[in-house]
Amino acid sequence: MRAISCQLSAICKVPSRFALALALVFAVKAFAATPDMPRFRWENFTTANGLPDNHVFTVLVDGDRIWAATENGLGLYENGKWRVFTTADGLAHRAVLSLALDKRTGDVWAGTMGGLSRISAGRIDTFNQLNSGLSNDVVYGVAIQGDYVWTATAAGASRYNTRTGQWSLFNERNTPMYEIWTYGVTVGPDKVYYAVWGAGVLEYDIKTEHWKDYNDPDGETEIVLFKDQGLIHEITTSVSYVDSILWVATYFGDSRYDGRNWHNFLTKDSGLPSNFTNQVKAIDANRAWFSTDKGLAYYDGTNWAVYRPNLKTGAPEMYVRDAEANITNIAVDTAPAHNYVLAVDFQGDDIWVATAKGLSHGIRQK
Amino acid sequence: MSRRLLRHGSTEVTEKRKALFGFPRSRRQFAGVFVATAIALATLALAITAKARPDSDEARYLSPREMALSLDERRLYVMCEAGDEVLAVDTQSGAVVKTVAVGHVPRGMTLSPDGKKLYVANSWDDTVSEINTSSFKVIRTLTTGFEPNGLAVDTENKTLYVANRLSNDVSVIDLGSGQEIKRLAAGRGASYLTPSPAGKLIYCTHIYPKIGAHRTAPESEVTIIDTLRQVVIDRKLLHNVAGVFHTAVSADGKLVVSAQLRPHNLVPLAHVEHGWAFGDSLAIFGDDVNGVVQVPLDELEKYFAMPYDVAITPDKKKLYVSSAGSEAVSVIDIRKMLAYARESNVPIANDLSASANYVVGRIPVGRNPKGLLLSRDGRRLFVANRLDDSIAVIDTANDVVVSSIDLGGKKDMTSLRRGERLFYSARFAFQGQFSCANCHIDSTFDGLQWDLEPDGFGVDIVDNRSIEDLAGTEPFKWNGGNPNMATECGPRTEKFFYRSQSYNSAELADLVTYVMALPYRPNRYRLPGGELTPPQERGKAIFERTKTKNGTPIPEANQCGYCHSGPKYTNTKLADVGSGKPTDRSPLIDVPQLPNVAYSAPYLHDGSAKSMEEIWTVFNPHDTHGVTNDLQKDELNDLIEYLRTL
Repeated sequence: MRAISCQLSAICKVPSRFALALALVFAVKAFAATPDMPRFRWENFTTANGLPDNHVFTVLVDGDRIWAATENGLGLYENGKWRVFTTADGLAHRAVLSLALDKRTGDVWAGTMGGLSRISAGRIDTFNQLNSGLSNDVVYGVAIQGDYVWTATAAGASRYNTRTGQWSLFNERNTPMYEIWTYGVTVGPDKVYYAVWGAGVLEYDIKTEHWKDYNDPDGETEIVLFKDQGLIHEITTSVSYVDSILWVATYFGDSRYDGRNWHNFLTKDSGLPSNFTNQVKAIDANRAWFSTDKGLAYYDGTNWAVYRPNLKTGAPEMYVRDAEANITNIAVDTAPAHNYVLAVDFQGDDIWVATAKGLSHGIRQK
Repeated sequence: MSRRLLRHGSTEVTEKRKALFGFPRSRRQFAGVFVATAIALATLALAITAKARPDSDEARYLSPREMALSLDERRLYVMCEAGDEVLAVDTQSGAVVKTVAVGHVPRGMTLSPDGKKLYVANSWDDTVSEINTSSFKVIRTLTTGFEPNGLAVDTENKTLYVANRLSNDVSVIDLGSGQEIKRLAAGRGASYLTPSPAGKLIYCTHIYPKIGAHRTAPESEVTIIDTLRQVVIDRKLLHNVAGVFHTAVSADGKLVVSAQLRPHNLVPLAHVEHGWAFGDSLAIFGDDVNGVVQVPLDELEKYFAMPYDVAITPDKKKLYVSSAGSEAVSVIDIRKMLAYARESNVPIANDLSASANYVVGRIPVGRNPKGLLLSRDGRRLFVANRLDDSIAVIDTANDVVVSSIDLGGKKDMTSLRRGERLFYSARFAFQGQFSCANCHIDSTFDGLQWDLEPDGFGVDIVDNRSIEDLAGTEPFKWNGGNPNMATECGPRTEKFFYRSQSYNSAELADLVTYVMALPYRPNRYRLPGGELTPPQERGKAIFERTKTKNGTPIPEANQCGYCHSGPKYTNTKLADVGSGKPTDRSPLIDVPQLPNVAYSAPYLHDGSAKSMEEIWTVFNPHDTHGVTNDLQKDELNDLIEYLRTL
């Protein structure tokens, strides 16, 4: 039997006959109830096999090609080989923080510590705060909305019109952005959302061109007084807007917002391995992946799965938490490169994971 | 305007004209006759023209630039840049049989693969006219990017690609809906599109080089588009190249040839005597060659200025190149060219003796030859003599002009037209090396910085300025040394540029007339009604402000509007804005006019600012070029938004 209930070990000291019966009941229940969560065989990339740097800020799937944004260059994995773009190739800065693919043109946009770069059929064009209208050189987030490139920078939001070359800046003077450290951006057909580090979430309505902010009803305290009454925390790191559902990652838990109701996730009442979340990336309205400092978590709308090297032993680990908070360990042979996970992207059923110590390819097994 | 089609000559001659111009029903029957009689009739045919238009006051100059041939080859479509129209010429009679008005300043035209539609890029309207070739009427007008030029249609007649010169991109237009579905990032000055024979690829070339690091060799690219995915898949880099024009692809798809300019702008122009101003050349690449090879067209003491269009015969034996500044079409033996390119161990791009190895002929044609078009059997080559309003017909068997089609443009030569001819002619420069239009491509600029004067290497570097709408902006030159255009175009040009005695007084007057009449191109950043957007309004307030943000008065001489005053935004004086370099003889520079400043990057007198932003973020640390250091980033953006509207 591959799935073994954790609760089983807790009752091992009770009298043997009763314990055996109880164990059978729990075991059967656990076996029957263990959700069928995605399982992967993990292949990891480090500098030892061509990755430009082990600190991978984010990853982008571009068909059969994989882009890895690292602290020391932009890696492109194609046909089993890595190619590295550096400042010598025109990249704005060696440290690449964010990536976005313009699916219409095939261009890749890279936010770096020194500006924004467009990689287009091998040519790199760079926009920074000196040579363009970009608000700030530190570009934490980038997203494509039609002909616009939205960026989240250390000094507010920027929007670049690729047709006219015009820039629009959004900051504390023309939006409810009372902090200007924008950390993440996501776009949908009707809205653009920003994760503003210390100022919650900003929503831009594409049709009306109006901005609206969402904040933690508990203010800047780290105590959750009013759970599910609003955003979980002001220190937001990532937003993902899919199927008209907004998912928000913060350093103090995560949130899901359907336009009317908020639902928040904390370690104490969900399968999140940590409240410290670097990225949330939704698949659809109900399913999302959470990149935390204590592992990678998947939420299918009911159940959770966590993938990581064991925090103490480093051994490959996967466990599942069901709706009743039952936790089931899954025997696995491989794990993502590190428990400090920064970002993910999807390649069909596979997943690519950016961690602090390498890039991981999760090859779906079932 | 009514068009009276006049025919000249006897019935016999008319029949002979048919043989020369046309594509008789039984080609085999006529082929032998044609070859045998072509040369003999050439002289006679030259004298025969089908006068298409009455030479009246209503007549206009046409300036034919691009051509297309109907699938049955009975119609030659001629796009006329000055006439704002497309002509349908009967290839048998040489007569203009239909005309259709298109948008303003058309610069590109293509025929759909099914032959049912003509597409014309109206460069000043930012539109494409879709013409039904049966009715010869515009049936739809499509919206493009800024200043559309080149066009290509995919093999299924479903997608139109348009190269936009000022937005530096390629519009991808769904011909079903007529909507532009996306833009692809091209290079600077995207202008010409050429599909591969199978239609899988489209090659895009550019008239301006990339804006690179200051005082480095120019670099351009050929942007390659995959028509299946509708994305850019490759960019062939062209080193030491600025100004790339048409491309041709051999029928087997293995040879790609682009006409290009190699400017030698990093050394003083004093080296004209050494053949060191421009190299007229071709970039060749594809499976037939290793990488990109640049091959010169010029000769040791004779230049073939401004190569524009390229045509490869179907049998891949010959390559034709029009030299727009030299009134000639060069004939290249492709086998010899490839052999020479392959066997050369060193780059040959600057070797003026190289062309003798593969250029096998120079065919004199009319003024400012632009577009080339081969008949599908490769026997006839049509040449658009832009400033003669005629089409030369070349018999490719013998490589001679056998006839000329008079398109019927205005016959009286005005000073303006004479000046235009002078502007585009290289015959006044030493060894015919270059014309005004080399640096002012299509009467604009070239995006380059030049070391013009014989004052040492790297001294007094100057950015090439736009020349549109110049009246009232005197004096000229960045040091304000030329009080008027006659000085600029006359003695200065003779001394510093052409290195030869050039224009006589009448010619100079004509040239000045032309240059001073160059109009202001449409500004794309203004709203149609002329009003300003909120950012532009805020930028205008910054441009006109008299106090800094903390209330400190800005000295009048340091306010934007002091130097950049008047209708052209120049007070026509010299100013020191702190952008001078140690290599400049004087920090005083002529205050440049600002109309359409958005298009003429790079900036400052020496082109050291790659963008408008850099004028202030990099080159104005002490607020000597206006007070800008109190501005936040979004306020500087607003100022730039306003400047773009000028």
